Amino acid sequence: MEYVVEMLNITKKFGDFKANDNITLQVKKGEIHALLGENGAGKSTLMNVLFGLYQPDGGEIRIKGKPVKITDPNVANDLGIGMVHQHFMLVDTFTVTENIILGMEPVKRGTIDIKDAADEISRLSKLYGLDVDPYAYISDISVGMQQRVEILKTLYRGADIIIFDEPTAVLTPQEIDELLEIMKKLIKEGKSIILITHKLKEIMTAADRVTVIRRGKGIKTLDVADTNPDELASLMVGRNVHFKTDKKPAQPKEEVLRVENLVVKDYRGVEKVKGLNLSVRRGEILGIAGVDGNGQSELIEAITGLRHADSGKIYLNGKDITNKRPREITETGLGHIPQDRQKHGLVLQYSIAENVILQTYYKEPNSKFGVLQFNTVYQSARDIIEKYDVRTQSEFEAAGSLSGGNQQKVIIGREIERQPDLLIAAQPTRGLDVGAIEFIHKQLVEQRDSGKGVLLVSFELDEIMSVSDRIAVIFDGQIIGIVDPKETNEQELGLLMAGQTEPLEKKSDKTIEREGE
Amino acid sequence: MSKNLNKLLIPVLSVILGLVVGAIIMLVFGYNPIQGYSQLWNGIVGDVYVLGESIRQITPYILAGLAFAFAIKTGLFNIGIEGQLIVGWFAATYVGVVLDLPPGIHLIVALLAGGLAGALWGFVPGILKAKLGVNEVVVTIMMNYTALHVTNALVRAWAGKDTSERIHETASLRIPAWEEATMYSRMHAGIFVALIAVFVIWYILKYTTLGYELKAVGLNRDAAQYAGMNVERNIVIAMIISGFLAGLAGSMEGLGTFEYVATKSSLTGIGFDGIAVSILGANHPIGVIFGAVLFGALKYGSLSMPNPPAQIPEEMISIIIAIIVFFVASTYLFPWLKEKFTRKKGAN
Repeated sequence: MEYVVEMLNITKKFGDFKANDNITLQVKKGEIHALLGENGAGKSTLMNVLFGLYQPDGGEIRIKGKPVKITDPNVANDLGIGMVHQHFMLVDTFTVTENIILGMEPVKRGTIDIKDAADEISRLSKLYGLDVDPYAYISDISVGMQQRVEILKTLYRGADIIIFDEPTAVLTPQEIDELLEIMKKLIKEGKSIILITHKLKEIMTAADRVTVIRRGKGIKTLDVADTNPDELASLMVGRNVHFKTDKKPAQPKEEVLRVENLVVKDYRGVEKVKGLNLSVRRGEILGIAGVDGNGQSELIEAITGLRHADSGKIYLNGKDITNKRPREITETGLGHIPQDRQKHGLVLQYSIAENVILQTYYKEPNSKFGVLQFNTVYQSARDIIEKYDVRTQSEFEAAGSLSGGNQQKVIIGREIERQPDLLIAAQPTRGLDVGAIEFIHKQLVEQRDSGKGVLLVSFELDEIMSVSDRIAVIFDGQIIGIVDPKETNEQELGLLMAGQTEPLEKKSDKTIEREGE
Repeated sequence: MSKNLNKLLIPVLSVILGLVVGAIIMLVFGYNPIQGYSQLWNGIVGDVYVLGESIRQITPYILAGLAFAFAIKTGLFNIGIEGQLIVGWFAATYVGVVLDLPPGIHLIVALLAGGLAGALWGFVPGILKAKLGVNEVVVTIMMNYTALHVTNALVRAWAGKDTSERIHETASLRIPAWEEATMYSRMHAGIFVALIAVFVIWYILKYTTLGYELKAVGLNRDAAQYAGMNVERNIVIAMIISGFLAGLAGSMEGLGTFEYVATKSSLTGIGFDGIAVSILGANHPIGVIFGAVLFGALKYGSLSMPNPPAQIPEEMISIIIAIIVFFVASTYLFPWLKEKFTRKKGAN
């Protein structure tokens, strides 16, 4: 079998640190080849070497059998290598076509020839089933569509080897399925794909082969058909990983959060939460399942005081906190792991220590008479770093210099150490690797076991199923069903998430069946 | 560590580059840069008189630069220091002339009046931004001109002419002993006020919960809100403090340098120069002192350059200052060059 890409014994050093240590990656023509590794394992470095952004210190690259030197991304382009970046590189105020031709605008008699380009883009879009309107503005199309524009960009430039860097991190479950379909179409048309990811499920469904790297070293290349998620996970992390979160049965106590007939509008004034009712008890994890955009963000923002509730009531510990200021709600006993850790959760330029006191800086012992007590602050930061295994040189490092997983650990440590009665975790494991996910799930369960209420919002069904004690499905701004994770499955949840409301009878049927067994 | 070194290195390199480019320009126009620079130097520290005058010139620059730096740290672009300074000048002088208070107390009351007038002028754009989301840049620019014309009208209405009376000695920043020692320069005790202000602001930003909040709001408004900080209130407080500092800068002129207030045909320029001072000082309170020393010294020293034998127009200094600010402002240039250099080294 012929290889289109061969990266043989690639070594890349940064100072004394070997980001890539003798890694070999061979991609066959017409396959989806997954590159699997934890954050910081060296996936991006390897791909940046292939894309010409870094020069390797050792090893050889062959494209279609020929040894090449890829000195910059233009050379990579000429060799037919295209990359779909995790963070899209698109100009919001330009159309799809304008974005795609940017940097290589076709010129006819001194003006840009948009029409020809748009026709070509239409053609490509149809060929690969991308369904993109060449004249749409980027600001008007969904994230999933924007990613397709990035794919089209590489196709328009004649790429036949396409690198996808964590492509599903920003997508909804539906969009993920569609993307995987598109990938399959691409290889059918003779393209080859390198898929960088740490999501095992995607590899199992989409990839043909997988190369696992760990701490800069190539561990193994396997056929996906011959492996399973457990094997991949232990290869990636270097030890056995528990997918099922170990937990005892929940022991729910009194109610800690009650939401009654809540109505919340989004920033455009569109009603996103439409008369929602919800209750969380101490000692349980209530998971909210649902497709992104069904009111999850607005619900949480209303509970935490970041968004105005138009009507309805929210009670925390029996106290009415509707439309109270965030500080008052925090002091009533709320911990909040926000959905966007960099936007809301941290001040990236602040040190870890300064971030650890984000909600408590004004209280003793962190400050006295308005003066910060840095010795105390540093000590509590060190405690969190140790207890929550934050990988950093010291508490003085800027939060922005930490990896995503470690940033999340700082936030989780901070929120848990404040001893809240209710912990809201919104997408707490988004973009994190298996090891960090396992750790975070454990923390959530520990909180539950110590008698706190936990409200978990996630778009990952697996997460919802394995961590929650009860699952509330949100659809179109309302909770349309509450199910027991032990008695449901992905099909049933999927139907509920799509707005099919017949679960209550079905659930009781099942219960009867169980009893009959 | 190396980051701090860079912070220091960039302004120093920029100053050297600015002087070198200035010398080249002098040469191109047929002036002797060595004569020019030695006259400039002597115009700054050549004798006690010019030294005293240089320090006098530096004083309002420190406060104006500090006002800008403080606002920037809290995420606000206060381009209205000029106007806040002008109303501060007027208010301080007015109190200095009209009130009759014991020495010391009179001075403090007059300084406070100047600061509070500036704070009021900062409060307006602050509250507009906090409550209505109005961009502070637009409002503060407009309020510069409002300040100019309002104070002009007030001076005429109050004094009946274009110049007010002199302030009472009890409100003056001048120290007779200093005047005598510096051959009757206008050097005054305002330099202490400025340095104390630097210390206070540095302390607030570094050690207090107020500074912690203000910086958090400036760096990441969403996170500040998440943390339960009152973002609107912080914006208003930041503008009030920045305006207060600018008002103090104006008081330096009203209570020290001039001891009166006159109608002005145009803005003083000190407020705008404060932006450059702050940038030169890396927007850091302590850095502002260095920025102000450089700026004030060059400005005042340049007055000696047109004298023979150099006979260089004093505008030359504006060019040099512009070049220095340009280099500092384009700080990305140095890291970029450095990265390029180290990358090459690393690749080999």
